[in-house]
Amino acid sequence: MPSYRNKPPLSYYRTPLPGVDYSELQGKLIVIEGPDAVGRSTQVRRLKPWLEEYGHAVLDTGMARSALAGKGIKEAKEGNTLGPITMTLYYATDFADRLENEIIPALRAGFVVLTDRYIFSIMARAIARGENRAWIERTAGFALVPHAVLYMRAEVKDLISRVVVGRGAFDYWESGLDLHFGTDMYESFVRYQSRLIQVFDSLAVPYNFHTIDASQSADRVFVSLQRAISRVVEMESPAHRAVRLKAARAAKSGLKVVPKAAPAAKTVRKASAR
Amino acid sequence: MSVFLQNRLPGRLIVVEGIDGSGKSTQMSLLSQWLRRRGYAVTFSEWNSSPLVHETTRRGKKKEMFTPTSFSLIHATDFADRLEQYIIPLLKAGAVVCADRYAYTAFARDVVRGVDRSWVRNLYRFALKPSLAFYFKVPLDVALGRILGGRDALKYYEAGMDLGLSRNIEESFRLFQGRILEEYEAMINEMGFHVIDATKSIEAQQKEMRRIVLQEFGRVRPPGVLGTEVRVAELSQ
Repeated sequence: MPSYRNKPPLSYYRTPLPGVDYSELQGKLIVIEGPDAVGRSTQVRRLKPWLEEYGHAVLDTGMARSALAGKGIKEAKEGNTLGPITMTLYYATDFADRLENEIIPALRAGFVVLTDRYIFSIMARAIARGENRAWIERTAGFALVPHAVLYMRAEVKDLISRVVVGRGAFDYWESGLDLHFGTDMYESFVRYQSRLIQVFDSLAVPYNFHTIDASQSADRVFVSLQRAISRVVEMESPAHRAVRLKAARAAKSGLKVVPKAAPAAKTVRKASAR
Repeated sequence: MSVFLQNRLPGRLIVVEGIDGSGKSTQMSLLSQWLRRRGYAVTFSEWNSSPLVHETTRRGKKKEMFTPTSFSLIHATDFADRLEQYIIPLLKAGAVVCADRYAYTAFARDVVRGVDRSWVRNLYRFALKPSLAFYFKVPLDVALGRILGGRDALKYYEAGMDLGLSRNIEESFRLFQGRILEEYEAMINEMGFHVIDATKSIEAQQKEMRRIVLQEFGRVRPPGVLGTEVRVAELSQ
């Protein structure tokens, strides 16, 4: 029996949300986490059509995209008065809005939810800024426990080359300039991102991260992500699925039908990785 | 474990709490004038007034987008911004900061909305413990009598319409305030409120507040708490 069938239904970390029936959540929640410029969004863009190819409806979501707080966060980041606690809570508001109004409805409808960052980025940024760890862990404790947290891990040097080659400039917030350490963007980026990676690493065990070496090529990373997702999301082509369901229906109605052997999941995965 | 962080800054934080119509804002205004005359630098911070968060709250309310959790979080964000950018710097400068509503408002309202009690208490753990927290104790009917009729039309969240207590907005407001009142009452000992009997005359209430302030602050201004006059005097020397 494939391992995904044994996965418990979705639940929360510490505190239930008022008005949510967790037993209704049928979909799969996959989290892609990791520091800035590690290549998360590129991977999410590739994973979505791959999942859809297998007949899964996919909701992709990410930080500061909520209808409620997305705009406010962007504006606040453009100003120069965004304090660390305010930033943490603004992101938590944004997350709550997306969780309750996008992610949970999608899971109820049986979607695969692919999220670019989750509470761990909010937690890492807060902890890297010296905020109390227990405070932010409890505050974010209404989050759902995902089926998989895929942590794209890289060293700071890998991130730097991606920033320089890919974007051509350092970003104020990605460099943690609000923390006032380092004499320039480069130094600040190195210190801030090292700290973030350290915090992410410290979250890996307690939050059951599946760590993926993101210093590899984008293609290799993609294959690693696919492999990890295949463990929790059913990866069967729509045609095979139709055959299997037909056989199951026939068996239920008492008719004896010899089911065509569905290929082993492994073969399917290999084919998809091409 | 204490709910808030100890305030080790030279300034003083005074909080007034109570349901709508308890008269707390009137009393705070009278108290601040009195403090100013006594030489304190007095500033105000009102619940839900951060310029950084204002637009988001407005949008959420207008479009009725809030859940109990996001409602609680946006108010905590608003509070955090005021604390980080306004209240703490002023307390460092030695001012008396008067806060019209504080985290206690969230403890009462958000719990009534169905948010977990210990979750919302943890949420505000970064807040500073006030030097004085006054609670204006008033029976529901008295408070309602003061506001209903003599004010603008009730708004959706203000009346707790999102709780679905009643389809009639005034009735919903009544039920909502009643439940908030219960939460406040249950908090009195836990939070160490100075209870002011808000059915007494305005003058009697003010007298009581001033007595408590004098007791807490001492009759002589404590060193480090700079009054406006002190500042001016220093500059002219």
